[in-house]
Amino acid sequence: MSEKIQVPELGAAGLARYFWRQLTSMRTALVLLLLLGLAAIPGSLIPQNSQNPMAVTDYFEQHRTLAIWFERLSLFDVYSSAWFSAIYILLFISLIGCVLPRSFEHFHAARALPPKTPKNLARLEHFQSWSASGEELAIAKEWLRSKKFRILESEGSISAEKGYLRETGNLFFHVSLILILIGVLIGGLFGVRGSAIVSQGERFVNNATSYDTISFGQITNENSLPPFTITVDKFVAKYNTLTSAPEDYTLYVTTVAEPNAKPIKQVVKVNSPITFGSTRIYLQANGYSPVVTVQDKKGNVTFQGPVPFLPQDGNLRSIGAIKVPDGDPQLGFVSSFVPTYSRSSDQGAISVFPELLDPKLLFSIWQGDLGLNNGKPQSVYRIDTAKMKQIGLNSLKPGEFLKFGEGTITFEGVVPWVNLQIVSDPGKRYSLIGGIVAILGLLASLFTRRRRIWIRVSAGEVEVAGLAKNGAPGLETEMAEFVTKLRGI
Amino acid sequence: MSAQDWAYLSNYAIYSAMALFTLAFFGHAYETAWAVRTPIASAETEGNLVTKTFDNSRTQKAMRIATAMMILGFVFLLFGVIARGISAGRVPWGNMYEFSITGALAFTGAYLFALRKYDLRWLGVLVSFSVLLTLGTAITLLYRVSAPLVPALKSTWLVIHVSAAIISGGVFLLANVIAAAYLYLDNMESKGPRKVWAQRLPSLDVLDQLSYRLVAFVFPLWTFAVIAGAIWAESAWGRYWGWDPKETWAFITWVAYAAYLHARVTVGWRGRRAAWLCLLAGSTFLFNYVYVNVWGTGKHTYSGL
Repeated sequence: MSEKIQVPELGAAGLARYFWRQLTSMRTALVLLLLLGLAAIPGSLIPQNSQNPMAVTDYFEQHRTLAIWFERLSLFDVYSSAWFSAIYILLFISLIGCVLPRSFEHFHAARALPPKTPKNLARLEHFQSWSASGEELAIAKEWLRSKKFRILESEGSISAEKGYLRETGNLFFHVSLILILIGVLIGGLFGVRGSAIVSQGERFVNNATSYDTISFGQITNENSLPPFTITVDKFVAKYNTLTSAPEDYTLYVTTVAEPNAKPIKQVVKVNSPITFGSTRIYLQANGYSPVVTVQDKKGNVTFQGPVPFLPQDGNLRSIGAIKVPDGDPQLGFVSSFVPTYSRSSDQGAISVFPELLDPKLLFSIWQGDLGLNNGKPQSVYRIDTAKMKQIGLNSLKPGEFLKFGEGTITFEGVVPWVNLQIVSDPGKRYSLIGGIVAILGLLASLFTRRRRIWIRVSAGEVEVAGLAKNGAPGLETEMAEFVTKLRGI
Repeated sequence: MSAQDWAYLSNYAIYSAMALFTLAFFGHAYETAWAVRTPIASAETEGNLVTKTFDNSRTQKAMRIATAMMILGFVFLLFGVIARGISAGRVPWGNMYEFSITGALAFTGAYLFALRKYDLRWLGVLVSFSVLLTLGTAITLLYRVSAPLVPALKSTWLVIHVSAAIISGGVFLLANVIAAAYLYLDNMESKGPRKVWAQRLPSLDVLDQLSYRLVAFVFPLWTFAVIAGAIWAESAWGRYWGWDPKETWAFITWVAYAAYLHARVTVGWRGRRAAWLCLLAGSTFLFNYVYVNVWGTGKHTYSGL
């Protein structure tokens, strides 16, 4: 005969409580913590859209099928993916569920006195006893007070405890992690981040159209951009003559904080951005912009100005595209630029030093349709020559010009360009405070030892004992000091 | 003296340190091997199994010499690192060669520091060997001409962030070596009594505690290294956290050690499981150092390779 096992009804509330208990248990938190570490790994091995979108595009071209699956699993956007978010949100809920009750508990405990002296001290660690001289309790009280112990006196005994800071630090550490996350969240909601390439001599006006890339936080838009302007006066780069490695970048700018404000001259370096309110401007990358003038057959100027080229190596061999859409037919110059020209047998024109010692512009001339009107976004450094035909190939030094079938191109000179990164992150101060509190809390919790010391004098006998929580070391020496003091040795 | 003289001096100091560490290695190897005594066969022992005994009275001197070599090696290495810094006119943390020699310095320093409190000399063979390996790799594969820093590294945060990271790394690795020793000895003990040469090694309990204390001691410093890096990244790159591969792996290391500390303090893990978790956490640090520096992409590519 089988009897049905009685299972108590959980009900909705009971079930919810059950899941809450599971979620806020230490074991779950531990699993979530390890899972978070594990989940962060793919983002460091697979190219990420947030860091290197070009590499993601390349990946699609090289491993088509795999890339599609990666895309479906958000593996190109790991850190903003649903599954990554799910892990850290669960972890933080678990953390809050763990920390809040403990904070209340600790708040009460921190104001309470230590528990009474246990009846049988002889069973405890660090137990010692000797015959009393009568002064022990007074000496003990003074000593424990001077060591900042919390004291509970009762008939013939003292119970003392120290090290509440351990739990306080522990709680502050965990709360500060929540603060860091809040800082990240505020940055995501209210932040703005963008970048713009500006050639020397040009002016950057802070509105959305001036940017090459810009991304707004969830609740910001182009109206929230502060109305400053930055004129790039001069950019100076110094390189090591032996290794070609950069040694110093200095950017001189004139800034106007708002219309009608006084222009100020400022200096930007790689590690020292300039600031407008909560917006900061960073010097990120740099390169060369050849300045060219293109004229048509009648001598009308169809294009003039600096064209930023993209550096390819440490010696700043750069590639770029000069696009002349206003001519008829349209013209394109697929170009490369070398600051210090040399020839190598296998690579052709190369640069042997990143400074402008012997600059040269090399290009092939194309005519036809640049494909700018079909709405497809195009790289500014490349030309789609599918609907064009090549009509020439040449190279120029600064000041030289070339006449070709459809007109003239003049290589006027070279100016440097800089990539300004413009960032507003109102959340970062909260994260910083969180970070500082986290370290302080961690130090307090890892280096504070919580321990109790008891002393009882009864029937002419002194008994002392101690207890260290979490098996923290050092109580032995402290007890020895205590006993020495008591015995007056 | 010119910058080049200092660079040469640094190289000589590092070669000398390697020689000294080699001597320390042989000293430690000798005392480990010769401390096991096999009794001379006699009428009494004949026919019986010859029992080996542990007797390090003969090897005390070798052990002391080995430790002296280790200290001397540390001093030479310290001088080599400082001279390298003088020759370049900056802190010597600009490329992977310099990270490696400083890392070896931190590792030896952590060992010698721990030696003041614990008798860790049994670890000497492993420590001297891994330092030799690191310095050997550094001087043959990673060596770069002493040169000024690239602009991105010109910041006081370099000193703060990198020194905190290197010291943490040295201590993490020491904790790792001890955890590995724990697992090895635990395995040996599960098959019977310890082999003779291993009898002088500390008890499993002591090893277990020691690797935990090292991690607990240095975890706040690692946290600081990560946060200092974030503050620096904010001023250099315009964001304090960007999931750059180096940052990601620093975070993974942090999470792994946080899990280790929780597992020990709150859940009460000890012994094998804790040692494995410690090894796992330490290997994420090594992976970050080796893989991300050499083959990785991202903004932390200062290896100079």
